Amino acid sequence: MAAIHKKPCTASKSSTESKRTDLKSNEKKGSWAYYMTNSPLLIVMIGLPARGKTYMSKKLTRYLNWIGVPTKVFNLGAYRREAVQSYKSYDFFRHDNEEAMQIRKQCALVALQDVKTYLSEEGGQIAVFDATNTTRERRTLILNFAQENSLKVFFVESVCDDPEVIAENIMEVKVSSPDYPERDRESVMEDFLKRIECYKVTYQPLDPDKHDMNLSFIKVINVGRRFLVNKVQDSIQSKIVYYLMNIHVHSHSIYLCRHGESLHNLEGRLGGDSGLSERGKKFAVELKAFVKEHNLSDLKVWTSQLKRTIQTAEELGIPYEQWKILNEIDAGVCEEMTYAMIEEKYPEEFAMRDQDKYHYRYHGGESYQDLVQRLEPVIMELERQGNVLVICHQAVMRCLLAYFLDKGADDLPYMKCPLHTVLKLTPVAYGCNVEMFDLKVEAVNTHRDRPLIKVRTPPPMCRRNSFDPLSTKDQIKRPRMYSMGNFSPPPTLPPPAFASTRISEDIESLQRENSLDCFSTPDTGEKST
Amino acid sequence: MLDNEDHLLENHPRELTQNPLKKIWMPHKNSHIGHRRVCMTNCPTLIVTVGLPARGKTYISKKLTRYLNWIGVPTKEFNVGDYRRECLKIYKSFEFFRPDNEEGVKIRRQCAMSALNDVRQYLSVEGGQVAVFDATNTTRDRRGTIMKFAEQNGFKVFFVESVCEDPEVIAQNIVQVKLGNPDYMNCSSEEAIEDFMERIKCYETSYQPLDEDLDSDVSYIKIMDVGRRYLVNRVVDHIQSRIVYYLMNIHITPRSIYLCRHGESDLNIKGRIGGDSGLSSRGKEFAKRLRSFLEEQKIKDLKIWTSQMKRTIQTAECLGVPYEQWKSLNEIDAGVCEEMMYEEIQEHFPLEFALRDQDKYRYRYPKGESYEDLVQRLEPVIMELERQENVLVICHQAVMRCLLAYFLDKTSHELPYLKCPLHTVLKLTPVAYGCKVESVYLGVDSVNTHRDRPENVNVQRSTEDALQTVPAHH
Repeated sequence: MAAIHKKPCTASKSSTESKRTDLKSNEKKGSWAYYMTNSPLLIVMIGLPARGKTYMSKKLTRYLNWIGVPTKVFNLGAYRREAVQSYKSYDFFRHDNEEAMQIRKQCALVALQDVKTYLSEEGGQIAVFDATNTTRERRTLILNFAQENSLKVFFVESVCDDPEVIAENIMEVKVSSPDYPERDRESVMEDFLKRIECYKVTYQPLDPDKHDMNLSFIKVINVGRRFLVNKVQDSIQSKIVYYLMNIHVHSHSIYLCRHGESLHNLEGRLGGDSGLSERGKKFAVELKAFVKEHNLSDLKVWTSQLKRTIQTAEELGIPYEQWKILNEIDAGVCEEMTYAMIEEKYPEEFAMRDQDKYHYRYHGGESYQDLVQRLEPVIMELERQGNVLVICHQAVMRCLLAYFLDKGADDLPYMKCPLHTVLKLTPVAYGCNVEMFDLKVEAVNTHRDRPLIKVRTPPPMCRRNSFDPLSTKDQIKRPRMYSMGNFSPPPTLPPPAFASTRISEDIESLQRENSLDCFSTPDTGEKST
Repeated sequence: MLDNEDHLLENHPRELTQNPLKKIWMPHKNSHIGHRRVCMTNCPTLIVTVGLPARGKTYISKKLTRYLNWIGVPTKEFNVGDYRRECLKIYKSFEFFRPDNEEGVKIRRQCAMSALNDVRQYLSVEGGQVAVFDATNTTRDRRGTIMKFAEQNGFKVFFVESVCEDPEVIAQNIVQVKLGNPDYMNCSSEEAIEDFMERIKCYETSYQPLDEDLDSDVSYIKIMDVGRRYLVNRVVDHIQSRIVYYLMNIHITPRSIYLCRHGESDLNIKGRIGGDSGLSSRGKEFAKRLRSFLEEQKIKDLKIWTSQMKRTIQTAECLGVPYEQWKSLNEIDAGVCEEMMYEEIQEHFPLEFALRDQDKYRYRYPKGESYEDLVQRLEPVIMELERQENVLVICHQAVMRCLLAYFLDKTSHELPYLKCPLHTVLKLTPVAYGCKVESVYLGVDSVNTHRDRPENVNVQRSTEDALQTVPAHH
């Protein structure tokens, strides 16, 4: 029995919208976006300079992409630098500098056009508009733009009056900004503070009580000391709020490593729950020395619930926490087999995995994509914590590393995470510093490189599921940037007479509500036509 | 919890054994295991509600308590109103609450102290992790007393204030929960409402809401207009962060949640657990009946969720409307016992079978999951269900038990034995402080898959004793 296919809603309001959805239904980009006819989201940053807007924009974007929601930052400063080749001084930002004001407004309009393109043609789901947006006038411009393009808007305002925080900000990121190539620190600080003054004159913060009471926003006050949250509309906004409330800016380091070499590793077997080999035990001893050497205050140690990580942690002699969700990827029917055995027994599966390692789910097991969903609470907790050492597994470590280093689904499954090596991640400026420590204990290599000749023809099933439904992509809830081959858009069927005539509205609201719901996992269930 | 000092004395690495029930690796001697619990703070937490009467404090307290217990954080609420009713057997009128009623003030203070004493007992002696102190707590003075109490006992404090000026919401509150309150047993509705409004007035003059400046060092969330806006100040740890997230996702819009299992499957008929089989003919019949049922119910904007297993998807397919697949809704993973009949499990793994009967909630199948694992897996589903309005969840027996336990506030002992028969839809409608359940059997025969706890759970038991409660099958 055929089910309702999610027909791009034509029962909608403006001609622009139906035009946009027509565009989508004709899209052959091979991305998931064809069903995303519900509102994409525009996140709009607000705040004086040096309030952490770009920091939050980039971090949020990295997180959203990692959980599978295609997101992109549009930084107005970059557009301005493009337009005005060389920055001279803070005078450019004076609110009575008419010429400059024109240029700046132009830049905003260009940036918004790019936002439009990203969201409607390039498969983007969320755009983060990173600029000061400190005046009501500017925000009204943006709101109108969003309405014309059927986008939801969520504001993130950063308010900070702590002079130390601001000064530190300036030192960390502004001094090295392209705006100040040759200047010395003091003059940078001076110019930048004057720049901030220029904005202060016209700054109109969000007013939750009257003017802005119907807008959806979060006001982050004093770097997360306090938050004001207004009118959260849906799940993705709720998730964004939760994330922003959990991140902090205190310096800390996260150490990632795998368990010591295991007995299964020696035999080339996947998964299972074996203990450490002799060399693995030696690694644990080295790890203990390493931890001691680095002299970390209040180090938390986390392991999975598999023997090999626990054995490794035991050696350290300090308390550790076991997390079941840190367990290695479940290889289902392939558990405890070697790659040779898998290739022999399940040659098709083996080939499929090489074609799309990220989405491929072992029969009766998991995919990397499932793993990311499973690990999300770990990431959230890592954001909250201080110094943590996570002793985990190859696939798990790849997923966590991809989050910190902003690697996409294409690269993630092939990241190098050798045994007996500790990676130290330290957040710095807008990114993450990585230091690799090889603890010099021999081990087998468990890394399988990306096959050289990547077969690009669409496989019979792009993701292994227990059942391929006959109905279509209405199950796909987590938009993925990285798809397999070309999907042809679903044939549109007329809605059957079901319940009431509200079917098309139901679909519409279903799409709107759930398209950004990152909790559910998509099932593309693509069938070959 | 972790023994810091012990670790320094013992030799490392310690020998590991795997706990046979939960399949957790732990050091031989030490039963303390640093295994991930939700609440990793060593300090218990005292949640304190703040707000005028009829602002939803008790609603929030009970709901939050239910949620925390479900995710495994031992939590208990302490409603000062209950203590007052205990102390002052008969409620006469709002006069008791007048600020100039000395006798009243004295009694109320005593009740608060008594409740705090019980809080201390619960958190420090009985192993509780979170206590919810449900009272108006509208003066800074009272809150100061509580904070001092908490500091003395090593508890963290988190305030939850509910502010609402919408007269409709308040009126509805009163009608829904106050009229049925023991205080108003013997009056008419009008009298009750009138008295209650006077009662609120008694508090209004002395109400000092949490203030951005004066209370800037206090950890709290201020909920405004039933969730339209929130002010969150100084969240200090994981559990507070989770509480804030939960409170920001719940709503009071009327709606219903429908829970049912997939239609009868081929493996069901054979008495086999787990697997990924399709529907039997009776199962397909059920799916059709389900479609009719939904059409009759005329549910507004119904969302349908299934797992990623064939049998739930096949069921949803028959409904002819869009649905979402969630991997987290998949049935409990029975590991090595997948697709086995209970008789076979008894034959091949009699020890496992007995352990499971001893503690069905915590028991983890070898290479599989436990109910406890399932709850952790389902938490995002619950969070999303809280955000949503009308939803039909087509899932599986163990999964449905977990979800049901959340809505009906069942303990971990009761949860694995909740009755969730095939071909029956449960309609859950939040009402007052709880949940109304309507059970609708769609009239299609099916096997019974419910296995009660047998009398003999000893590992030495006979096969006959072990299989005593296995339901009939082909």
